[in-house]
Amino acid sequence: MAIVETRRLIKQFGDNPPAVDGIDLVSGDGEFLVLLGPSGCGKTTLLRMIGGLEPPTGGQVWIGGRNVTRLPPRARQIAMVFQSYALYPHMSVRQNIAFPLKAQKVSKDEQRKKIEWAASILGIEMLLDRKPRQLSGGQRQRVALARALVRDPTIFLLDEPLSNLDAQRRASARDELQQFQRRVGTTTIYVTHDQVEAMGMGDRIAVMDRGRIRQLGTPREIYDNPADTFVATFVGSPPMNLIEHDGVLIGFRPEHFAPSSHAAGSNGAGMTFPFRVHREEYLGSEHLFYGEVGPAKAVARFPATVEVAAELGETYDYCVSAEHLKRFDSDTGARL
Amino acid sequence: MSRTISAAPTWQSVEEDQGRYILDRQSVLGPLLLLPAVIYILALVGFPLVLAVLYSLSDVTVGDQSIDLVGFDNFRAVWNNDTFQTALRNSIVFTLVSQLIVIVLANILVLVLSAEFPGKRLVRFLILLPWTTPLALAVIGWRWMLDNIYSPLDAVMRELHLLGPGTRYGPQRNMHWLSDDFLAQSAVITVHVWRTLPFAAVILLAGMTSIPQDVKDAADIDGAGYWRQLFYIRLPLLLPIMAVASLYGIVFTFTDIIVVYVLTGGGPVDGTQVLPTWAYYKGVGGSDLAQGAAIALFLFPVLVAVAVLMLRLARRTETV
Repeated sequence: MAIVETRRLIKQFGDNPPAVDGIDLVSGDGEFLVLLGPSGCGKTTLLRMIGGLEPPTGGQVWIGGRNVTRLPPRARQIAMVFQSYALYPHMSVRQNIAFPLKAQKVSKDEQRKKIEWAASILGIEMLLDRKPRQLSGGQRQRVALARALVRDPTIFLLDEPLSNLDAQRRASARDELQQFQRRVGTTTIYVTHDQVEAMGMGDRIAVMDRGRIRQLGTPREIYDNPADTFVATFVGSPPMNLIEHDGVLIGFRPEHFAPSSHAAGSNGAGMTFPFRVHREEYLGSEHLFYGEVGPAKAVARFPATVEVAAELGETYDYCVSAEHLKRFDSDTGARL
Repeated sequence: MSRTISAAPTWQSVEEDQGRYILDRQSVLGPLLLLPAVIYILALVGFPLVLAVLYSLSDVTVGDQSIDLVGFDNFRAVWNNDTFQTALRNSIVFTLVSQLIVIVLANILVLVLSAEFPGKRLVRFLILLPWTTPLALAVIGWRWMLDNIYSPLDAVMRELHLLGPGTRYGPQRNMHWLSDDFLAQSAVITVHVWRTLPFAAVILLAGMTSIPQDVKDAADIDGAGYWRQLFYIRLPLLLPIMAVASLYGIVFTFTDIIVVYVLTGGGPVDGTQVLPTWAYYKGVGGSDLAQGAAIALFLFPVLVAVAVLMLRLARRTETV
């Protein structure tokens, strides 16, 4: 177990704007830290620099109190699981898991014990003699985790390990992965562009955009108190509504946006908007109303258990209670 | 009302349409498109092969072209000939030795070529050049390089005091590259290597770049150093593509007549004779078509084996 720390870490490819632009990030010990952001935001580059696969243009990487900036990956005691799993296609599962042990010159006996231990933790004992191409996506992912686990790494680096799984399998893999991390207690840095993964698994989330961390916090902090309009609209589906009002942007979540008649019980300090409904979307467990408040688009979300009457094309008074209103600077997007 | 009137003509036009769209039917278009290839293979591969087998079992010569079957007499006669034995041995040795050297050199070359350095494109172009040169022309160039009197190699060796009176290879002033059995054989192998290396290197380069970056990164993370990665990851992953390069190289070298014919003419005496040249000298030069065909047919089992291996490899890469 160890703490990962980056200090003013920069990566620039050619003359392009920096892919990673001076990131300071400190993980907790044993923490599950998620790097979340749209594609091209620099999250994978940041992860690869922590792993030593990409030399930084500037700044430092510290792992377990050691400056590892100039060390090759194999000297960093890390394990990494790739998006493609990167299993060695010509080796059996057993040989794949043994490879890092052989590289560390672990004795044959010790190798066998470790392979059995890792295989039993991940439930792949019966797959040991197969080749990677004979495995399903979920099985490959577990083999990749087993290969990462046998090294006794001080940190795990995971690069979108669930993106190759189908939606159903992904939900159960999320659960397995998080339980696995809790059990081994190894500091884990997890890269994803999927906010459901980030919200569901992360102890903390670092939301990234254009090479910078826009906000670092627990899933609840990120969702309830976004630091700026980028975080507000990137996290949450559908995203936070943003309405220009008196020179500032007013933000509120679709689930807090309800007809004034429904909100009669809450304190009266909120705001009321004229909401013109265009379209209703029925999603089974919930339904959404899409429409406009003045020139801005807005969405209202209701659980399926709540009946809301709305004629398409009509305008209604919708309100948001005061505690759910966030104010952002309309120029910089920063929280006020 | 107009619908009922037009009913009959509509049926007719459907039948016409069927005629017009006949080429859309796979059962018609498929055989039609395959036909040229089938004709080509039958006329230019199948027919000559049958003819060769027929010739080898008969007593046909350039003078007497009537085919009288004589059983395996030709094969027996050919096998008991010393020159044939030399040619068979040379064919096998030249092929195996040259392709072994090619595979080792190609692997080294690929490591160099896959590195980033300025002028990489120019170097790649230069390395590919021998493959694009007409072989007969190139071999004539090599013959000048190895000329018994005017060889520039000899001149260089004389400058370096390796050749001439009182030197390591003296006192003679020339190596007589093509007049000594061992030197001439080495020369043939060298030209084959020079010729096939670019091709093998390009194939291997394609294989090397097809190894996913993730797999190399994973090996880095797993703590494998350079040599471990080379021998446990890269070379094993390159193995199938190396086999393809080797099989092509074996076919090119084993069936090649140009290098020996132009460079040494099979000499000194029969020191560099190979099956294709010996078949040509015997069958065309010596007018004994039957024995020439029998000699050429000794190439057949090797080529069949190579073809089978290639097809099997192709099928295996299909299923992966």
